[in-house]
Amino acid sequence: MEIFGIPSQALFGQLLIGLINGSFYALLSLGLAVIFGLLNIINFSHGAQYMMGAFAAYLSLQWFGLNYWAALVLAPVVVGAIGALIERTMLVRLYKLDHLYGLLLTFGLALIIQGLFRNAYGASGMPYAVPEVFMGAVDLGFMFLPKYRAWVILASMLICFATWFVIERTKLGSYLRAATENPSLVQAFGINVPRMITLTYAFGVGLAAIAGVMAAPIYQVSPMMGADIIIVVFAVVVIGGMGSIMGAILSGFGLGLIEGLTKVVYPEASNTVIFVIMVMVLLIKPAGLFGTEK
Amino acid sequence: MKFSLKTLLAVMLTAAGLQAHAQISNGNVKIGVLNDMSGLYADISGPGSVVAAKMAVEDYLKASKSKLKVEIVSADHQNKPDIGSNIARQWYDTDKVDMIIDVPTSSVALAISQVSREKGKLHINTGAATADLTGKACSPNTIHWLYDTWMLANGTGKAVVQHGGASWFFLTADYAFGQALERDTEAVILKNGGKVLGKVRHPLATQDFSSFLLQAQASKAKVIGLANAGGDTTNSIKQAYEFGIVKGGQTLAGLLVFLTDIHSLGLEKAQGLYLTETFYWDLNDQTRAWSKRFAALNNGKYPSMDQAGVYAGIIHYLKAIDAANTDDGNKISQKMKDMPTDDVLFGKGSVRKDGRKLHPAYLFEVKKPSESKGPYDYYKLLATIPAEQAFRPLNAGDCPLVKN
Amino acid sequence: MNNPTVSSQSLRHQWVAFALMIAFFAIAPYFVYSIFLMKVMCFALFACAFNLLLGFGGLLSFGHAMFFGTAGYAAAHASKVWGWNPEFSVLFAALSATALAWVVGLLAIRRQGIYFAMITLALSQMVFFVFLQTPFTGGEDGIQGVPRGLLFGLFDLSDNTAMYLFVMAVFIAGFAWVWRIVHSPFGQVLKAIRENEQRALSLGYDTDNFKLIAFVLSGLVAGMAGGTKALVFQLASLTDVHWTMSGEVVLMTLVGGMGTLFGPVVGAAVIVSMQNYLAQLGSWVTVVQGLVFVVCVMLFRKGVIGEIASLLRKPL
Repeated sequence: MEIFGIPSQALFGQLLIGLINGSFYALLSLGLAVIFGLLNIINFSHGAQYMMGAFAAYLSLQWFGLNYWAALVLAPVVVGAIGALIERTMLVRLYKLDHLYGLLLTFGLALIIQGLFRNAYGASGMPYAVPEVFMGAVDLGFMFLPKYRAWVILASMLICFATWFVIERTKLGSYLRAATENPSLVQAFGINVPRMITLTYAFGVGLAAIAGVMAAPIYQVSPMMGADIIIVVFAVVVIGGMGSIMGAILSGFGLGLIEGLTKVVYPEASNTVIFVIMVMVLLIKPAGLFGTEK
Repeated sequence: MKFSLKTLLAVMLTAAGLQAHAQISNGNVKIGVLNDMSGLYADISGPGSVVAAKMAVEDYLKASKSKLKVEIVSADHQNKPDIGSNIARQWYDTDKVDMIIDVPTSSVALAISQVSREKGKLHINTGAATADLTGKACSPNTIHWLYDTWMLANGTGKAVVQHGGASWFFLTADYAFGQALERDTEAVILKNGGKVLGKVRHPLATQDFSSFLLQAQASKAKVIGLANAGGDTTNSIKQAYEFGIVKGGQTLAGLLVFLTDIHSLGLEKAQGLYLTETFYWDLNDQTRAWSKRFAALNNGKYPSMDQAGVYAGIIHYLKAIDAANTDDGNKISQKMKDMPTDDVLFGKGSVRKDGRKLHPAYLFEVKKPSESKGPYDYYKLLATIPAEQAFRPLNAGDCPLVKN
Repeated sequence: MNNPTVSSQSLRHQWVAFALMIAFFAIAPYFVYSIFLMKVMCFALFACAFNLLLGFGGLLSFGHAMFFGTAGYAAAHASKVWGWNPEFSVLFAALSATALAWVVGLLAIRRQGIYFAMITLALSQMVFFVFLQTPFTGGEDGIQGVPRGLLFGLFDLSDNTAMYLFVMAVFIAGFAWVWRIVHSPFGQVLKAIRENEQRALSLGYDTDNFKLIAFVLSGLVAGMAGGTKALVFQLASLTDVHWTMSGEVVLMTLVGGMGTLFGPVVGAAVIVSMQNYLAQLGSWVTVVQGLVFVVCVMLFRKGVIGEIASLLRKPL
């Protein structure tokens, strides 16, 4: 069966891959947006933390025999804790300085983390099996739907929506948003702002880690897996608008889809299409599609 | 018009005094093993190549009772041409290295070939795939020892078609190497009466092959050709397993796969894969004996064909030095082409005018887990391709050295 | 990033430093491998170009490799395919980088601070992918076997000594130019914009224009460095356009001292030496670089030259 002259198998297959990539873009840019929107820090080590999440899954299997489901819970907690440690010991000292130091620090940390893992595990990937229940694909007639990938899309949508809901619609979220606007005032109300900041950073990092666990069965668990994806995620965040939570989510999924479509229609451009869109957005609406001029 | 005082002085000095060229420079032969020590190809080459090199020197000196003093140095080029060419320059200019061996990754190999030619030193390449090393980028100072893209395309392509795999679907990495591999293999398939039902190009270093593999599955081609390398190949194979492609009756043909890749994939995932290599540890008694010795020195890891190539290349090199009584790069290169080769790993062979070493190639199929008796027992030999047929004919390569 | 204001007396210190620097590069080849020194000079110039934008303009570009690498490909192509003399190849390289900087600058200047950094990073990645696929760059292979050519049609640069002199000349010219820019009225306005853009705007300066010009000048000098490097190594490859290269130049500037003139040179020397001598450690080099980043950001923000300048209480 052909749609627009392209076999439906190819088209839907690519759109599916697009949505998968989009899920990861959304999760990662959500984490970045949370950290940036609330803390004003560009977390360059986000890619490395995503990788640590995947490794947490791999290692918890190797060392403790814990399965995928346990890893989904364990990885964000462990990696998030490491994130909290980073924030408490290093980032907190940089808040008074120019924001670029935060960027440089997290960049340096990313180099260290990636270098250490690379030394320990080499550059090629470690295998991580798809959980039994999701093995294989479902034949829908016009396409094959791999079960695990369907799960990834659903799960990330759920997580994204839940995060958005907490931040935009609950009391806790409103405290967070207030604290960004005016930390001293919020502190005066008795809310422990520094602790909230630490927890927020840890949460953003945890989001990266959970993305890593979900990525492990699809991609290689490899020390460099975060290095190149982080740059695309930056572009996604710029397109969505830096402070906007919903913007990050929608742009992530949307851009993943567009990338997938490009792979069918004009595969040579699939690497650069997101950057091209970023350029266009910058020309028309520099604050990003959902952002507001600060 | 060229103007260089330094060159003028150098010429005068050379004319004035240099005799006794028939001697070993600095009294010793210094061999540089340059490869990827920590990245994608570290298992195929890496420290294992250094082990192989040391074995070669020891074995040769013991067997021939030669008085040569040989030293081995090594470095990591990290698969980057600028780092590789930097190291090569420094080695040749200041560290008095006489010959560089190994060098996987075609882009680095081309750079090293260039630098070696400039400096009048020898380069024996056992790691890289590009057939250009004996084609349009051929050099009198470079010997391409082990394999190349032409051999892979013809070896795997032809042999697979003749074995019943007549319809193909290509999964190609979208860059020069992958495209060349696809193009050469397609030509061979068509020439031998096969058909290509479709192809799909994926970006280099793709992580998720599900869509491409599903397209390949839908094409119902008997063979899915993987015109990619390294992580892309292992990823494709892993994910093909996830979708039950081999169970569904199609076969995978890996156009560039090494034993070490199979080891990291595991037989469960890699079974049934067709591939071509020029060395396998289990071919005969001699290769078995050598490989066991190697594994003992290499943390139990069995040799890849690259590491075997390093061993054989050095043996032939040292033989040539003793025969010609010099280690001058230009002269030795010619000597190695004049002398036929013979070693325990590749048997009898020869080095051609364009630098191409000739030896038989082997088509293997990866065993099922039940057929394997232990680690590294992975291959079934399906066919042997004799040396004259395995490599591109001398006149077909556009090598400037041959045209004269 | 607070430097003492410029006074005519402080310039004497800078002249002394300049003389020391030239003396070092003149004598060093007798003790150290000349190709290594040429590499240092090329990267020093690259870092100076970057620092012009960051240290003096206050703009962190995380994509400067795109200028360095583009220039490398341009010079390599001009020298190998068109057979141009090296002075023209380097000129062409610098101009290519300038053109790219103009286009990128127009896009990136629209946003400030962190956003600016992220945009430059993303654009540089785009340039990387374009170069990966365009045939003329040779993709993974790069452009190899680039002839160094005959300088002015007379001097054969394949001779290392002649090449060294050429590289030194380019480096000194580039450095002197950056120096001149910093001390010019333009440079003063740039510093004012860095300190407080709103105030500069209210004084009537077209700050966007100044920032764009600074960006373009920075790209030009980076192009000079990139083109020369391609000729030194006779090779232009994807490594030079990859974002890790952008990270390295940031590191060099940070270690040497942001906002100082000589800092980038020292930083480049330190980082290139580190890479060279730690080369056998493979992946540990990345870890060490990361550690240096972290240590510098947390404890050593002024960098080597910055600390020295602080002690002397004179800008360097």
